[in-house]
Amino acid sequence: MNTIYMDNNATTQVDPAVFEEIKPYFTELYGNPSSMHRFGGQVGVKIKEARQRVADLIGCDPAEIIFTSCGSESDNTAIRSALKAFPEKKHIITTAVEHPAILSLCKYLEKKEGYEVTYLPTDEHGRLDIEEYKAAFRPGTAIASIMWANNETGNIYPIEEMAQIARDNNVIFHTDAVQAVGKVPMNMSELSVDMLSLSGHKLHAPKGVGALYVRKRLPFRPLLIGGHQEGSRRAGTENTTGIVALGKACDLARENMDVEITEVKALRDKLEAGLTQTIPDAKINGDPENRLPNTTNISFGYVEGEAILLMMDQLGICASSGSACTSGSLEPSHVLMAMGIPFTFAHGSIRFSLSRFNTEQEVDFVLESMPKLIENLRKLSPFSADKEAPAITKSFKG
Amino acid sequence: MWEYTEKVKDHFLNPRNAGQIEDADGVGEVGSLACGDALTLYIKVEEGVITDAKFKTFGCASAIASSSALTELLIGKPVEEAEKLTNKDIAEYLGGLPREKMHCSVMGQEALEQAIKNMRGEAGTKAEHSHEGELICECFGIFDEEILRAIKENDLDTVEDVTNFTKAGGGCGKCIDDLERLLREAKGEGSCPTPSEAPAFPAQGMTNIQRMHLIESVMDQDIRPILQADGGNIQLVDIEKTLVTVKFMGMCSSCPSSKATLENLVEAKLKEKVDPSIRVVLEG
Repeated sequence: MNTIYMDNNATTQVDPAVFEEIKPYFTELYGNPSSMHRFGGQVGVKIKEARQRVADLIGCDPAEIIFTSCGSESDNTAIRSALKAFPEKKHIITTAVEHPAILSLCKYLEKKEGYEVTYLPTDEHGRLDIEEYKAAFRPGTAIASIMWANNETGNIYPIEEMAQIARDNNVIFHTDAVQAVGKVPMNMSELSVDMLSLSGHKLHAPKGVGALYVRKRLPFRPLLIGGHQEGSRRAGTENTTGIVALGKACDLARENMDVEITEVKALRDKLEAGLTQTIPDAKINGDPENRLPNTTNISFGYVEGEAILLMMDQLGICASSGSACTSGSLEPSHVLMAMGIPFTFAHGSIRFSLSRFNTEQEVDFVLESMPKLIENLRKLSPFSADKEAPAITKSFKG
Repeated sequence: MWEYTEKVKDHFLNPRNAGQIEDADGVGEVGSLACGDALTLYIKVEEGVITDAKFKTFGCASAIASSSALTELLIGKPVEEAEKLTNKDIAEYLGGLPREKMHCSVMGQEALEQAIKNMRGEAGTKAEHSHEGELICECFGIFDEEILRAIKENDLDTVEDVTNFTKAGGGCGKCIDDLERLLREAKGEGSCPTPSEAPAFPAQGMTNIQRMHLIESVMDQDIRPILQADGGNIQLVDIEKTLVTVKFMGMCSSCPSSKATLENLVEAKLKEKVDPSIRVVLEG
């Protein structure tokens, strides 16, 4: 059975060219880039090249790139740095639909460290209200952290405008761009973004490497203290293979940006249109106007996401769901809940996220398989458009 | 990805007895869309034996497999035996369920109880929860009695397991402290090995007169105020050993849910605060 991988917002295939590039750094080129000898030094040269490649993809100076271990580390570093740089400021602005790397950290800061956090709500399409955002700033605001694109719906937020508003308020602006880097063009030199997080494994590099863009002259406080690596901004011996891989992946992403926003988008559009046309009670979650070109999040009413995923798994199709049963908690995705998606549909949401490695044949196969699969599960379901159960059947006090 | 047994996968991919029985003798509906899983169980009974069972389930693979397994366990069983089935039997039939998915088997057990009650004309198809139980988990609407039962029947020790079996605490997590309290409570009374030191129930060892006084005081302190709040009242007609006869008054006498009140409030309170073998009947 062939694997049809449509879960690229979870992680991506390592590009074969990336793997080729890093092989020698696992074997003969094992030197420490900080060493004084040429043997280590040649690895240092390669890391310099990788830094340049990452900078080229997002349009910044290489000195503004700090390599980290993952997107979560980049996010944590950014928020913690801003808070430490301005210890008197105790307020954070973010959204209700952030990745847990931001959301859980903010909840922690609220609970354990006395910070106040504004979680911007969204409308039913997951869009933010700019006026509400503007009104959230106060004298004590230390940082605004807004994701560039949402991992579940693919929604793209107006980062250019939001970063400028933060700058007008003299507040540090961070964006978690883990899902956006490599999928949409961006140029830091033209934006008022102060910090940006990205992750290697979301753009065809391996897991275990990420980067944080920190604008020059921005007050910065490191998370990891130790050696002088990364200009003393992130201690720890460099993950040389990961960094080299990330550099190559960024290079390839720049080359393939057109493919991403034309061909991948065309596949996504075909998939989305086909599924919503052939399957009754299928609704798209998200902002149809501003979305990543590779992502579609579709709710199939009256059936449950984990059951759908396991049925798809039988056919070799890989995707994700926002249903309760697939998350660690027992509640459906916080993103869909923030959007006010009714339970009927939230539990049956499936996210398809494509990449340049998907083919039209794969999309066709999914389009052929899904209607029957959903129909079979609906036959088992006690709910339907005619017989929808009340949200809560149990009676409550008061 | 969950680690499901082959049997779970088989029952999920090839569910047995899916569908509904139009002229079912008993129907039990539990769960809801909000909770993420729901099961409607239909049973057909002839001469005290379950001759057919079908289900409709909204939920994950283990919820569907648990429903399928339940119907297989039921068909051909006398109702009296079927009544003794627990969530453990369902899980065992499937070769086990991931701990986090045990609530799926609990849902099966609840649907079965409801269907049998419905068959006997004792209840509707949906469970009516007593307003007197304490609502512990607001996210999933789980009451203390369900949690205490799951703790006792499955010998649960941790809050995490309570969540795995009942879902309580799996949402916002606000009720974690309450779950800890219920765990302590359940351990305190459920597995107490020294009956000589602490009575198993309040009226144990009491004389008839003492027990009658206790019943009267529970009626006055725990039951009447609740009924009076709704414009009703209750009169104690007779006490014969553990059979208590009462009469509803005021709003209660015409209330359509007086039967539920009798069972879920009056009888439940007396069982809890006096003697678990007490039965309460209406006069006449």
